[in-house]
Amino acid sequence: MTTFEGSSRRSRGLVLHGGASWTQAPYPALVADRAGGVVEVNAAAAALFPGALSGARLEEVVPAWLADAHRRATEDGGTGPTAAVRGRHQELTLEAHPAAGDNGDVVWWLVDDTDRVVAETALHDERERTAFLADASTRLLASLNVDRCMEVAVRMAAEHLADAALLVAPAAGKRHPMAASVRGSSVVHTTGRIDPSAVPGLSEALQGFPPVPSRWIDPSALPDWAVPEGLDGPVGSVVVTPLPGHGVPAGALILLRRGETPAFDASEEVFARVFAARAGVALSAARLYTEQTSITATLMVELLPPKLRQVHGVEFAGGYRASRDTERVGGDFYDVHPSTSPDQETFAVLGDVCGKGLAAAVLTGKIRNTLQALLPLADDHENLLRRLNGALINNRHARYATLVLASVRREGRTTRLRLTSAGHPRPLIVRHTGQVEEADTSGTLIGALPEVSARTAHVDLGPGETCLLYTDGVTEAKGGPLGDVLFGEERLRAALAECAGLPAEAVVERLQMLASEWVGTGPHDDIALVAITAPHGTHLTAVDGRTPGRYTA
Amino acid sequence: MTDIHDVRFGSAGPAGAAEAPFGDQARGAVADGRAGDGVGAVETARTGHAAGAAAAASRPELLSRARDELWQAVDARDELTAARGVFDLLDSGLAAEDILLEVIAPVQHRVGAEWAAGRITVAQEHAATAIHDRVIAAMAHRATPIPPESDGTGRRTRVTVTVACVEGEWHALPARILAETLRLRGHTVDFLGAQVPTPHLIAHLHRTAPDVVALSSSLPTRLPTAHAAITAVQATGVPVIAGGAAFASDGRYARLLGADAWAAGAREAADVLGRGLPRPHLDAARPAVDDLPHLSDQEYTMVSRGKRQLVKNTLAGLEQRLPAMRSYGEAERERTAEDVAHIVDFLAAALYTDDARLFTGFLDWTGDILEARGVPARVLLPGLELLRQELKDFPRALDFLAQGGAALHGRNPRPTAPGPGAAA
Repeated sequence: MTTFEGSSRRSRGLVLHGGASWTQAPYPALVADRAGGVVEVNAAAAALFPGALSGARLEEVVPAWLADAHRRATEDGGTGPTAAVRGRHQELTLEAHPAAGDNGDVVWWLVDDTDRVVAETALHDERERTAFLADASTRLLASLNVDRCMEVAVRMAAEHLADAALLVAPAAGKRHPMAASVRGSSVVHTTGRIDPSAVPGLSEALQGFPPVPSRWIDPSALPDWAVPEGLDGPVGSVVVTPLPGHGVPAGALILLRRGETPAFDASEEVFARVFAARAGVALSAARLYTEQTSITATLMVELLPPKLRQVHGVEFAGGYRASRDTERVGGDFYDVHPSTSPDQETFAVLGDVCGKGLAAAVLTGKIRNTLQALLPLADDHENLLRRLNGALINNRHARYATLVLASVRREGRTTRLRLTSAGHPRPLIVRHTGQVEEADTSGTLIGALPEVSARTAHVDLGPGETCLLYTDGVTEAKGGPLGDVLFGEERLRAALAECAGLPAEAVVERLQMLASEWVGTGPHDDIALVAITAPHGTHLTAVDGRTPGRYTA
Repeated sequence: MTDIHDVRFGSAGPAGAAEAPFGDQARGAVADGRAGDGVGAVETARTGHAAGAAAAASRPELLSRARDELWQAVDARDELTAARGVFDLLDSGLAAEDILLEVIAPVQHRVGAEWAAGRITVAQEHAATAIHDRVIAAMAHRATPIPPESDGTGRRTRVTVTVACVEGEWHALPARILAETLRLRGHTVDFLGAQVPTPHLIAHLHRTAPDVVALSSSLPTRLPTAHAAITAVQATGVPVIAGGAAFASDGRYARLLGADAWAAGAREAADVLGRGLPRPHLDAARPAVDDLPHLSDQEYTMVSRGKRQLVKNTLAGLEQRLPAMRSYGEAERERTAEDVAHIVDFLAAALYTDDARLFTGFLDWTGDILEARGVPARVLLPGLELLRQELKDFPRALDFLAQGGAALHGRNPRPTAPGPGAAA
């Protein structure tokens, strides 16, 4: 820091020990007295402020911010020269550093930091854009839902890039899904039969061609549908930019600014394209996911375990848990085919195909279809199993399966069951006393041997009694408090004994809960359960969730 | 520890607490004699003359009588009478929401309390729950949601909401009651039911993009799972409102785990959703440790991962200490192991939330259950002592075990006169 201790009366101002070299300093410097008069200026300062001659009034020759700073630094009771001040002068940004001179004069050293400020502003803008793009990616990629993705894209565009934004997706049929957002209000989804060629550059953008420059688009020529509702006043400028997807265009983004907002400059147009690229990728991923899930859902419908309900006064309830939590289907299956009238038998089946996952599930679908076709033969379970075996054994993709069949009919207070196991764990019956019995049926598994045989058991259920069909996923569930014990048939029987008199749903729910808690977080096989329960006394028929009426006694 | 295996909290968990989620506040409203909050009043007014008569004349008595009748029907497993009673209430003009929250929810709570007191069996509890479930399903056909213009306030938003129970949570009824309440308030509801694996929930969210997810959990031991679910849902840009006994009566665990909102009951949840929930702020990936810095000591991880071995060692220790246990059969031994496993589960959950109250509360509740069945709560002490020896390198766990032991010592001996269902 320069000090002025050696200055003399003879020459006021900046005549330092070093002589007059300050006049040649590359930095502008000027000296002003307490009264605000210019004392001396060096060459650089004179070039900067042509009027700044000795004796001139400071406020008349330098920018106001500097004159003000000088006044503050010299006024009575003031603290003297303190911190640097900054301000603009013509095209330049200056930083003025005050230093104390003789007699209360102040020496102002000026630093031209215009370039630094420009660089700093550019860096700040760039950082903001990078942060915005990172935030945009996070938000855009959060959801794989197309509507949500469109919503996020237009909202972000309206908040950061324009006053309003409209996203036009490729037509689904003849209508284009659109999402519109005006800054500060909520996103509106619409679909419309629009003519994209009415907006210059839109049909090109929808085909993935590069955008036309914004200056070519006349805002007053925009059709009504292209101006989001709620955007007050005339539109000042418009940018139409494509949303490039994965190979195929994901739509186009229209950005609109009001008349009073500055028009889009070239760098903003480029930035809009960078944002649109991210939005396009996110949108196209969401669209792909949606298409795939919709295909999967369609194919899966037939493989999912059906919802069971009461049929002709007998309760059916089913529970299913696939071996992997990410899947909903596996190698276990069940089905109930209600009879058309109460005096006919309702047919239920539960089975287990060798294998796990989707491949096994596909085979369960085939077996379920074949069984449905064979329903007319359900009077004779063994015959039905023989036909099913024939169908499976001739199918070279098929693997073997075990199953248990149940034909159920209610006669007054008694529910009559015919039960046949084909290589499957035998059904368990819990009496109202809590006693648990095993149905006396056995047979060979299906799909492995050319000939099969089976023995059918006849079982009657009284009110409150349940017949349980289950797969070995229950009994072979490994876990328990010690972690390595099989759930086993004994525990299943003990648990079932406690279920005497419970409604079918409650039986299934309780056993499923026990088995799930037994395995805890450990691995397990597919688990399937079907409870067939003779209702406890009189029951609602209205509450099977389908009948709209009240209740019938 | 001789008789602890008679207590079947193994499977049902703290059922007393379990029935509370999202339906619990109804009890409070009933207990202090409030005739319903503002919303109830709006609905009562809406239902017209019959409602006016029923509500003005003797609403508290009507509700109290309805609860008694429903309890009797459910206790007798008489589904028809239960449903008829509820339909008569609807016919008398009582709003469906009031029936759900001031009749069915309190009766379901009573079911849990009766089980805790040893007066009904686990099976009876399941039967009662099944009847309530069916009655609610039947009601859904009768009771129509409030039409958009008629709620009078004009400022409620209608949202699409997905209601789900945390994976491992089997008590679906409170969530079901919530789902019905929201539906009656005019919201669009997807009810996914009990024990929804988080991957299924997330796939559902991508497919349907709801405005909000309501997550229900009654068991505090499911809190780590609930945390994973909350984080995963928020990562898809959907806010989460949490509810249920697991999140504590003041919702402190919901806040701890970063849920966007918490509600004490179905009405509160409906009010929160009526005001609308903003989308969560997305921090690309928010590791659990950010919310819960104490997890970095790894005590939760070590205890939950070493659970099996802890249970085995503790069981072996108990057999050494208590000669009576050596004569236990396989089943009795297994039940004791289940009980120890439960203590470890709750200890792990307390470590996860860094809240000793979660552990002491569980021990105190278990003490009540034991004493209702004529077993002194002190039988839990040797197990705690053995766990302290096993976990001597874990300062937080040791502290919680010490506090748990102190809570058991500090219990006033209670009259241990079990009800008729003591052997449940």
